[in-house]
Amino acid sequence: MVQFSEEKLNKVKEIIARYPEGKQKSALIPLLHLAQEEFGGWLSPETMDYVASLLQITPIEVYEVATFYSMFNMKPVGKYLFEVCQTGPCMLNGSDQIIDYIKSKLGIGVGETTPDGLFTLKTVECLGACGYAPMMQLGKHYREHLTPEKVDAIIAECRAKAN
Amino acid sequence: MGRKLLLDKAHIENIRYYSTYRANGGYAAAEKVLKSMSPEQVVEEVKKSGLRGRGGAGFPTGMKWSFLAKPEGVPRYLVCNADESEPGTFKDRYLMEFLPHLLIEGLLISSFALGSNHTYIYIRGEYAWIPDILEQAIAEAKQNGWLGKNIQGTGFDLEIYVQRGAGAYICGEETALIESLEGKRGNPRIKPPFPAVKGLWQSPTVVNNVETLAAVVPIINIGGEEYAKYGIGKSTGTKLISACGNINKPGVYEIEMNISVEEFLYSDEYCGGIANGKRLKACIPGGSSVPILPANLLLKTAKGESRMMTYESLNDGGFASGSMMGSGGFIVLDEDQCVVRHTLSLARFYHHESCGQCSPCREGTGWMKRVLHNIENGKGKMSDIDLLWDIQRKIEGNTICPLGDAAAWPVAAAIRHFRDEFEWHVLNPEECVKRNYGLAHYADPLPLATAAV
Ligand SMILES: Cc1cc2nc3c(=O)[nH]c(=O)nc-3n(C[C@H](O)[C@H](O)[C@H](O)COP(=O)(O)O)c2cc1C
Ligand code: SF4
Ligand code: FES
Repeated sequence: MVQFSEEKLNKVKEIIARYPEGKQKSALIPLLHLAQEEFGGWLSPETMDYVASLLQITPIEVYEVATFYSMFNMKPVGKYLFEVCQTGPCMLNGSDQIIDYIKSKLGIGVGETTPDGLFTLKTVECLGACGYAPMMQLGKHYREHLTPEKVDAIIAECRAKAN
Repeated sequence: MGRKLLLDKAHIENIRYYSTYRANGGYAAAEKVLKSMSPEQVVEEVKKSGLRGRGGAGFPTGMKWSFLAKPEGVPRYLVCNADESEPGTFKDRYLMEFLPHLLIEGLLISSFALGSNHTYIYIRGEYAWIPDILEQAIAEAKQNGWLGKNIQGTGFDLEIYVQRGAGAYICGEETALIESLEGKRGNPRIKPPFPAVKGLWQSPTVVNNVETLAAVVPIINIGGEEYAKYGIGKSTGTKLISACGNINKPGVYEIEMNISVEEFLYSDEYCGGIANGKRLKACIPGGSSVPILPANLLLKTAKGESRMMTYESLNDGGFASGSMMGSGGFIVLDEDQCVVRHTLSLARFYHHESCGQCSPCREGTGWMKRVLHNIENGKGKMSDIDLLWDIQRKIEGNTICPLGDAAAWPVAAAIRHFRDEFEWHVLNPEECVKRNYGLAHYADPLPLATAAV
């Protein structure tokens, strides 16, 4: 069953209170972020229906929004999601080589997850870190100035955390 | 050292926190406004400053504020645009991470001027750690009586909320941003009505960029007239430039708008020159949407004058030989970079980010991507170059929002200035997948037209 904890439900109330009476739909994107964090890093139909019920809107209103925004995952992803920027400015600083390196190191292609369910590789468009390229998002934070050595260290760090 | 108005205190340790910010002159502008100015006087001061929107379009902020409709009994909203997703742009992030109180103070003053009691900061979702920084600053400001009810005994109430987006460049466009803030897909609205009349929840709304709103603080502190003395002509004040690509010192710089592009690119105070001892090939001076310029047109205008870091000078020559200030994302390409490849990367970006509402944009961006992909991979035909030209022309001006133009311009400018590089790809299909065209003649001095007698 998909169900927020008491603490998270209070957070939901606090978010809804940011908007005028009757405009609770504005809380949709913040709630989808919260739900994705809580329920396994992706938005299952069940999760989306739950969010719809919290906001008293129809499920389709949730689906159409969830599918529009690239940060919402519509299928399960690995425990560690490597989102590597591939846009122009990062490309000028070798992002293609970093993506290739990660692929060979993890033995997966873009959009794939390692068989142990630990890593997913995704390419994304400019994350606003162009001066610190090449870079990727890992969870809440950015990893910048990537080199093969740094990638190795990040993979090792994730493996250590997972154990 | 150039004069600074925004980042002058960025180096102070703990300036992120209220007590340090306050001890270094923070909230003095807010105090001045709340104690001695009317909302109209604040708008007047901003008008006098000549401040232009720092989000990309460069529209005069004071004028925009004076358009805000003020019907009785209807709330008005200020929304801060922190979506920052234009490739090459990472300046607002810097302001929010290092000087959150400068933004909060700017929001307080601007909300007072516009009569907004609920102000929202819409920040791109990927900047996931920054809302914590902003929310802490908001909490500190509230504890110290700068937010909440009856601020400093003036009767003015204000709450500021931070709202995260979720990965969509288009949500930086102001009406898409409003839709997103209402919990919908980021589909831009057809204008009119403009947000100043019907914006957030159908109420009058002003959307301004982070840097624009932060700049209101020094404007109040030193006065609009004094602010207008910074810079040249209609490019008043200072501008944050985020510099990236193949340079020695990528990063965020505050410049007074009176320096030359050459100084910005080569002096050690700013970019420090091209990395690894290479030569400059090309530059996109204002974020991915503005036209790319070859080296010889970047440093000098077609008239042979030194090009300056101002709205007017960057635009000198129009589409034929100029570019734009845009969002201040300064992207530098060295002699080893391939313009076709870079343009393909941008075309892929715009295709990915098109909201899909208008066919010229939805289909055209996809076409451009595919044609560029073929040329880049040695599978292009000469006629593809004309096809690309044709597609971009059919997008430009035929869409609901400016993303269509933003997708068309980089392709148009790349073909205009680097056509021979495209042709070289077509004529050398095997070689072009192995090596780049190089610097070619792009840095050669321009033949100057002799003055007409
Ligand atoms: C596709 C597109 C993306 C945009 N992205 C941003 C952005 O990320 N940040 C921003 O401040 N303005 C962005 N803008 C410009 C906004 O629509 C709007 O003009 C700006 O926020 C107004 O603020 P200003 O006058 O202070 O610049 C974008 C415009 C378009 C068409
Ligand atoms: S121009 Fe593109 S992004 Fe803008 S409304 Fe049309 S389809 Fe959407
Ligand atoms: S291009 Fe990669 S962060 Fe901007």
